Amino acid sequence: MQLINGITLLLIYQLAGEVSVRLLGLPVPGPVMGMVMLFITLMIRGRVAKAVEPASTALLGHLSLLFVPAGVGLIVHFNRLGNEWLPISVTLLLSTIITMAVTALVMQWVTRLTARREPNHD
Amino acid sequence: MIEPDLNRIWVYLSASPLLGLTMTLVAYSLAHRLYLRSGSNPLLNPVVTSVTALILFLLATDTSYDDYFDGAQFVHFLLGPATVALAIPLYQQFNKLKQVWLPVTVALVTGVVVGAFSSVAIARLLGASLETQLSLAPKSVTAPVGMAISEQIGGLPSLTAALVVVTGIIGAVIGSKLFDLMGIRDDSVKGIAMGMTSHGIGTARAFQVSAQMGAFSGLAMALSAFLYSVFLPWLLSVSGVLG
Repeated sequence: MQLINGITLLLIYQLAGEVSVRLLGLPVPGPVMGMVMLFITLMIRGRVAKAVEPASTALLGHLSLLFVPAGVGLIVHFNRLGNEWLPISVTLLLSTIITMAVTALVMQWVTRLTARREPNHD
Repeated sequence: MIEPDLNRIWVYLSASPLLGLTMTLVAYSLAHRLYLRSGSNPLLNPVVTSVTALILFLLATDTSYDDYFDGAQFVHFLLGPATVALAIPLYQQFNKLKQVWLPVTVALVTGVVVGAFSSVAIARLLGASLETQLSLAPKSVTAPVGMAISEQIGGLPSLTAALVVVTGIIGAVIGSKLFDLMGIRDDSVKGIAMGMTSHGIGTARAFQVSAQMGAFSGLAMALSAFLYSVFLPWLLSVSGVLG
């Protein structure tokens, strides 16, 4: 029952997110708005309700599985991939490496900068 | 005698969502087992092997993606509640996050700008069509959000979904090597860079390295999804990529 309650709660937040995004005309996808709303609820309540924990562990623990149907969707784009395979594959590879390296470097750099300013900080 | 019966069974199966759903779960659980047996070889990432197996199956049986998706949509649908569920690790890591909010925020905002512009710029330079460029722009954003953004900016949501998966796999496969080469040892830094670039697939990989790297990766995935959805349409129109 806990699993069902948990899934239900997540769906309610997603629904609330989808509805509020449309009502307010926000540029954010519904599930992201639902995530923000659940996060705010958790901050206000100060703890994670027992009901959501098993459901979210189950979903997040097998997150890779949820990407499989979308991945199979490559099959629909074989034509485009055939014509544009070079730009697409070079972009994916280079841009992924660049983004990952820059993000890591910036985080490391700012961490050191702020740590130096506050010597008592761990 | 047997032939027509098999035929009738196939006609039933190919028209029912049962087959697509079952095949997805079977392919994934076999792929996952193979992955564990290989000693978690990143090249045998379960998403790669199960997607490849399913594509070969669809081609071999001449099944359309729409028919397959009739069943697989039940798995795909769960991406929505899974996105909502990201609030929980985010909340649980909030104390750690509070200490590093400044480096994390600066790193993620930079990551969003670099991620979006490097993909559009490289694709444009190499002569990709505008639709392809726009489908590539949100390639680092977790699938449900990436698809929504792609639709909003004029890309092809289903192409974005597939590119998101490939980006996730590339990051999960090269991440550890890249961090070693760069001499980065801090798991919180690695996690942020991994989740920023390779969303859920990278996060699944990060959790194998350490719980800390996984939590920071999940955090980066959630926050960057939020940042991308707020800033990407605006960034693209301000910079003139969107006419």
